[in-house]
Amino acid sequence: MIKVEWFYWVCAAFFAIVALIRLTDSGDKKRFGSAAFWGILAFAFVYGTFVVAKTAPPAVEGFAVLGLAGLAGLGFPGKGAEESSSVEERRVLAGRFGNKLFIPALIIPLVAVFFGAVLSKVEVGGVLLLEKGTATIIGLGVGALVALVVGMALFRVKSPVVPFREGDRLLGHIGWAAILPQFLATLGLLFAAAGVGKVVGDMTNAVLPKGVLLLAVIVYCVGMAVFTIVMGNAFAAFPVMTAAVGWPILVTQFHGNPPAVFAIGMLAGFCGTLVTPMAANFNLVPAALLELKDQYGPIKAQIPTAIPLLGANIAIMFLFAFPG
Amino acid sequence: MWVLLAVAVVVIGFALKINSMLVVAVAGIVAGLIAHLSPMKIVEAFGTGFAGSRSVTIFVVVLPVIGLIERYGLQHQARQLIGKLRGLTTGRLLASYLLIRQLTAAVGLNAVGGPAQAVRPIVAPMSEAAAERAHGPLSERMREKVRSYAASADTVGLFFGEDIFVAIGSILLITGFVDTTYHLKLDPLQIAIWAIPTAICAFLVHGFRMLRLDGQLARMAAEDSPEPVEPLAAEDTKDEVAAR
Repeated sequence: MIKVEWFYWVCAAFFAIVALIRLTDSGDKKRFGSAAFWGILAFAFVYGTFVVAKTAPPAVEGFAVLGLAGLAGLGFPGKGAEESSSVEERRVLAGRFGNKLFIPALIIPLVAVFFGAVLSKVEVGGVLLLEKGTATIIGLGVGALVALVVGMALFRVKSPVVPFREGDRLLGHIGWAAILPQFLATLGLLFAAAGVGKVVGDMTNAVLPKGVLLLAVIVYCVGMAVFTIVMGNAFAAFPVMTAAVGWPILVTQFHGNPPAVFAIGMLAGFCGTLVTPMAANFNLVPAALLELKDQYGPIKAQIPTAIPLLGANIAIMFLFAFPG
Repeated sequence: MWVLLAVAVVVIGFALKINSMLVVAVAGIVAGLIAHLSPMKIVEAFGTGFAGSRSVTIFVVVLPVIGLIERYGLQHQARQLIGKLRGLTTGRLLASYLLIRQLTAAVGLNAVGGPAQAVRPIVAPMSEAAAERAHGPLSERMREKVRSYAASADTVGLFFGEDIFVAIGSILLITGFVDTTYHLKLDPLQIAIWAIPTAICAFLVHGFRMLRLDGQLARMAAEDSPEPVEPLAAEDTKDEVAAR
């Protein structure tokens, strides 16, 4: 059986390589802190295997994770290197390779979907070939490796260092935000331990007339949008609203289909992202780049879409995510 | 009731733009203390939770490939293709770009669009040129409107396209969070499929509004007198990857 853990180790190897690239980059002022961040992350990905298998104390992983949060608070990792091909080189290369450039990128989703939809059901000797519930993730890892080999052959890249330097460049741009979603998922466990879901769920139950599904759906979707507007981030709103309404009421009480409820709930949050200046990356930065006099121009252009789309999400969830 | 304090930490921390990693760490510690966990148990919960949700961060395995094709000219090629939309009216051009942005994001090609990579250097200047062809020199509010709509086509297309791609933070956050917290075994593909209906609605709603832009510009052109404004120069701006 192919185990998803193998691909966590592939991720760990990538983080370790990035740490090494940072460490040896003498032009990077933040190189030690950045290398420490990616290095600790690589360790946490490998050590995590043993935590999940319950063969190693989870406290070590916990200290590593809190160390990452501390480094992020101190401004690490830094952006790292910007070096890549120049604008002129890219123009020439794009002319030479044309639409072949899209091939490696398209391989990734094709392989991932093939694994998720087809190979996920394949059994070898009565055992599932791919670990249950992780077929798409394994496919993603395989797809990325295949795409890398195809890309290197296509563009005649000789040194395997090249893609990793480019990966380092992209990861440097993302910074600690790369692990924020995972960290928020971690928070869910502590929220559950503290009983956040139960308290907020009880409150919602007390306010909501019992058994009215449509109202519960509206509270979840509008709540996702409102929390996202306040926080500027649908990722942060998700654990809060899901612990409060999504899981205890929509899934447990009304037997909603979990993938549908959660996917549409997240998209309801995105409707909030469209209208909030808190999401500066998406709403204020474009206004500045386009030299707009009205920095809220893009938000004003998006509000009349966000509102009907929130309504559409509520309708889709209400109509299709629940039995009967 | 005290448990709401942990929620309040998240909400207030994000709203005040304090480093998100610190906010989440503090919120977790507060939640743990409320649950009467010992400090050691809280640290262990962080460890167990992080180890159990590593699937969320697996999207990084695509970065070397994406970086490689960017190095070999992905964005230039994308601009070439978008350039083929020249000749359309402003509304049709932006509706087409919306569709392209959604479809490419749905297969993980977030990098072909973006305010810095595509809107500023090509989509906005092309939209303005199309508007000038139809209505003559643009007034300030027409120009602002065209640029704002160009930015909105990019953002809406990204948001309601990328969730169809399995290796995206939002999808993996959902599976990671519910698998860790509620002991489900959801596959990212199951989640991604449910993003399709909303993606279609987003295209219909926003695409319709883009098409209506032509009529609105015609009305504005009849009312306003044009003011000379420096048109956007097509230029190459720094690539930028933003995390949601």
